[in-house]
Amino acid sequence: MRFAPTEEQAEFRSAVKALLADTCDIVAVRASWGGEVGRHTDVGQGNGRVERAWKGLADMGVLGLLVPEADGGMGMTQDAFVGIAVEAGYAGLPDPLIETAAVAPPVLASSSEPLASEILARIACGEVTVGVGFGESPIVPCASTADWFLILTGSAAHLLDASAADITPLSSVDGARHLGRVNWNADDSTVVVSSDSDAVALAAARNAAATFSAAALVGLSHRMIDMTVEYVGERRQFGVPIGSFQAVKHELADAALGVEFAEPLAFNAAHLLSVGEDATVAASMAKSRASRSSQVASDVCLQLHGAIGYTVEHDLHLFMKRAWALSRQYGDFRTHRAVVRRALLED
Amino acid sequence: MDLTWSESEQHFREECREWLRANVPAEPLPSGDTSEGFAVHLEWEYLLHSAGWAVVSWPAAYGGRDATLWEWLIFEEEYYAAGAPQRITQNGIFLLAPTIFEFGSRAQQDYYLPRMSAAQDLWCQGWSEPNAGSDLAGIKSRAVRDDERGGWVLSGQKTWTTRGAFSTHLFGLFRTDPEAERHRGLTYFLAPLTAEGMTVRGFGRLDGDEGFAEVFLDDVFVPDDDGTTETMAAGGILGEIGQGWGVAMSTTSSERGLTLRSPGRFRAAAARLLELAHDQIAAGVDLDPAVLDAVTDAWIDTEAYALYTLRDVTGVVEGTPAGARSSYNKVFWSELDVRLHEAALDLLGAEAELDGSWMHGYEFSLSGPIYAGTNEIQRNIIAERVLGLPRK
Ligand SMILES: Cc1cc2nc3c(=O)[nH]c(=O)nc-3n(C[C@H](O)[C@H](O)[C@H](O)COP(=O)(O)OP(=O)(O)OC[C@H]3O[C@@H](n4cnc5c(N)ncnc54)[C@H](O)[C@@H]3O)c2cc1C
Repeated sequence: MRFAPTEEQAEFRSAVKALLADTCDIVAVRASWGGEVGRHTDVGQGNGRVERAWKGLADMGVLGLLVPEADGGMGMTQDAFVGIAVEAGYAGLPDPLIETAAVAPPVLASSSEPLASEILARIACGEVTVGVGFGESPIVPCASTADWFLILTGSAAHLLDASAADITPLSSVDGARHLGRVNWNADDSTVVVSSDSDAVALAAARNAAATFSAAALVGLSHRMIDMTVEYVGERRQFGVPIGSFQAVKHELADAALGVEFAEPLAFNAAHLLSVGEDATVAASMAKSRASRSSQVASDVCLQLHGAIGYTVEHDLHLFMKRAWALSRQYGDFRTHRAVVRRALLED
Repeated sequence: MDLTWSESEQHFREECREWLRANVPAEPLPSGDTSEGFAVHLEWEYLLHSAGWAVVSWPAAYGGRDATLWEWLIFEEEYYAAGAPQRITQNGIFLLAPTIFEFGSRAQQDYYLPRMSAAQDLWCQGWSEPNAGSDLAGIKSRAVRDDERGGWVLSGQKTWTTRGAFSTHLFGLFRTDPEAERHRGLTYFLAPLTAEGMTVRGFGRLDGDEGFAEVFLDDVFVPDDDGTTETMAAGGILGEIGQGWGVAMSTTSSERGLTLRSPGRFRAAAARLLELAHDQIAAGVDLDPAVLDAVTDAWIDTEAYALYTLRDVTGVVEGTPAGARSSYNKVFWSELDVRLHEAALDLLGAEAELDGSWMHGYEFSLSGPIYAGTNEIQRNIIAERVLGLPRK
C-alpha cells in the first residue's frame, strides 16, 4: 500500500511545473485568447494555443507519456499523468493536453487500424493535436487548431480528419477555449474502435476525460486559492490586511477543504485506469467533487477580491472561467453524482 | 501508487476478522457513557487485551503486537465493520499514549503503557475549564511547587471531561508559572483521580448519558518522579516543566487526525446507511431523489476520507506527517459524520425521532464539530497555519 506518486513521477511532475511556469505564464495565457472575445479588453489575437509550452511538453515526453513504446511513446500508465494534469490546470494551459495526451492515446492504442498507430506516433512527437468529443455533434475545445477529432459515440470511437471536417466556431466565456461544434454524422468509414471490438476502451475514454478534467480542476482551484491568499494578505482595509478577518479566513479554508478532499479521488481514479480496473464510479466521484469544489473556490475567490476580481484586467477571471467551463465539460457535479447513485442504489 | 494489501496484510485482516467474528457480542452493548454500560465495556476491553487486540500497533511488551500503521488501519476497518463496541479506553490509548511514546521517559513508558492497554488505568482528558474552552491557553488551574514535600500541588477545575466519572486517571494542563502568559508556563500533568483532594462529578450530555464530568482539584499532591513505581502511581509530569503546551499539541494532533477517527468507522457507518436506503427503497417508501443524493454524497465523502487517510499514512510512514493539515481531517470527518446521520434520519422520515441507533448516532455526531477543538478553530488553523493568512 502506498498512496503517493513514485519518486520518478514526482520529479517529472515538478519538471513539468517548472516548464509551464516558464512557457505558460499569465502573459501567454492571455495571449492565447481569441479576437472574438477581445472586445472586452487587451486580450490577444490568439488561437487557444501556447506553442512554446506545447513544444516543451513534446520535448519532455509528456505528450507521448501514454503512447505505447512501439509507437514512439513512453508507454507509461495514467497515474504518471494525473499530477501533470493538475499542473496544466494550475498554469491555465489552454491547449488540448488532456484530450491529446491522456484520453486519445489509450483509445487509439486499442485500435487495429494502421491510421491509429500513425496518429499515436505523431501525438508523441507533438506534431498533432486531437480534439475529443462525446456524442453526435459535440462541442470540442481547441477545435480550430485540432488536426484530428476523436469522437466517441455510445458504440464507437471515430477518428476524423479535422481538415475535412465541418466545424461551426463557437465563442466560449473562456476566450482561450476556441470551441467548435463538429457537424458530423456517424458512418462506419471513420471507426477506429467499436464497442464490439473493445467496449472497455470506450468506457475508459469517458472515465479518463472525467478523471483528468477533475485533476485539472484541482489545479485551477489551487491556483485561484493561491492568488487569493496572496491578495488578501496584501490588500488592506480598516488599517489591516483583509486576510486577517475571520470571515475571509473561513471562506478560504472551506474552499481549500473541498479541493483537499477532491484531489485523492482524482488520483485514485487515475490509479484504477492504470491497473485496468473499471474506473467508472471512481472517475465520477472525482469529477463530481472536483467540479463542485472548483465552483466553490471560484465563488469564494471572486468574492474576496472585491471589484478588482470583477474585471478582465485582473488575472483571476482567466482561471475562473476555465473552471466554469471544465466543471461542466465531461459531466457536471450532479451528473457524475447520479452515476455513483445508480451504482450504489439501483444496480 | 500501490493500492493493494500485501499477503501478510491480508493475512492480518483475516486474523482480525476471524477473532472479531467469534468474539464481538451479538447484541450491541449498552452505552459506555453510563456506569452500567461502562462496566460491560470494561469486560470487553479485558477480552481484547488478553487476545492481544487492544493496541495492535504497540510493542508487544506494552500489550500490543507490533503491527504497522497500515495493519492498524486494517484492524480499525475490521473492528467497525464487525460492529464491535466503542472504545472506552480511547482517551488513553489514542490520545495520551502517543504523547507518552513521544515525551515520556523510559520508566514512564514502562509503567503507564502496559497498565493503559490492559484497561487497568482508565484515562480522561483534562484540558477544558469553565472559562477556557476554545481559548485553551487561558486555563487557570494551577500547580504550585512544594519543595518541602518534593512535588507539585494542583488546584482548580476541569470540565467536559469525557467519561471522567468512570475513569481512574486524568491527564491535563496546569499553570506552573503564574507570571507567564498564555501558552507559556503550562505543564502537562498526570494524576490519579483517587488522589486526595480530587472530586469528580458526572453529568448528562445531550443524549442523556452521563458522559461528561467536572473534576475539582483541591490541593492534589503530585510527587516528583524518582523513577520508582510508587511515585509514578501517584502521578507525574510529561515533558519539561513549562513546556506543556507543546506536549499537549501532540495529543491534539492525534485527536484531530487519523488516530481517533480512522476511516473504518465512517466506512462502516456509510455501509449501514446504504443498507438502510436499500431497505427503504425495497419497502416502497416514497423518497425524494434529494435524499438519495444525500446518501450518495455521504458515501462519496467517506471514500474521499478513506483515500485521504491512505495518503496521510503514506506521509507518516515516509516521514512527512500531516502537522497542521490534520485540521482538514477534523473538519471533514466531523461534518461528514453529521451529514451522514442526517441522511439516515431523512431516509427514516417520521420514524427518525424514534429512540434508536440512528438518532443516537446523530446526537453523537453533533458533538464532533465541537470537541477536539471546534471547527471554527480548525478553520482558523487551516487559514493561518496551512494557507498562511495573517493572524492579526
Ligand atoms: C462530547 C464532548 C466531549 C468532550 N470531551 C472533552 C474532554 O474529554 N476533555 C476536555 O478537556 N474537553 C472536552 N470537551 C470540551 C471541548 O474541547 C470544548 O467544548 C471545545 O474546546 C470548545 O470549548 P467551549 O465548549 O468552551 O466553547 P467556546 O470556546 O465557548 O465556544 C463557543 C462557540 O464560539 C466559537 N468560538 C470561540 N472562539 C472562537 C474564535 N476564536 N473564532 C471563532 N469562533 C470561536 C466556538 O467555535 C463555538 O462555536 C468535550 C466536548 C464535547 C462536546
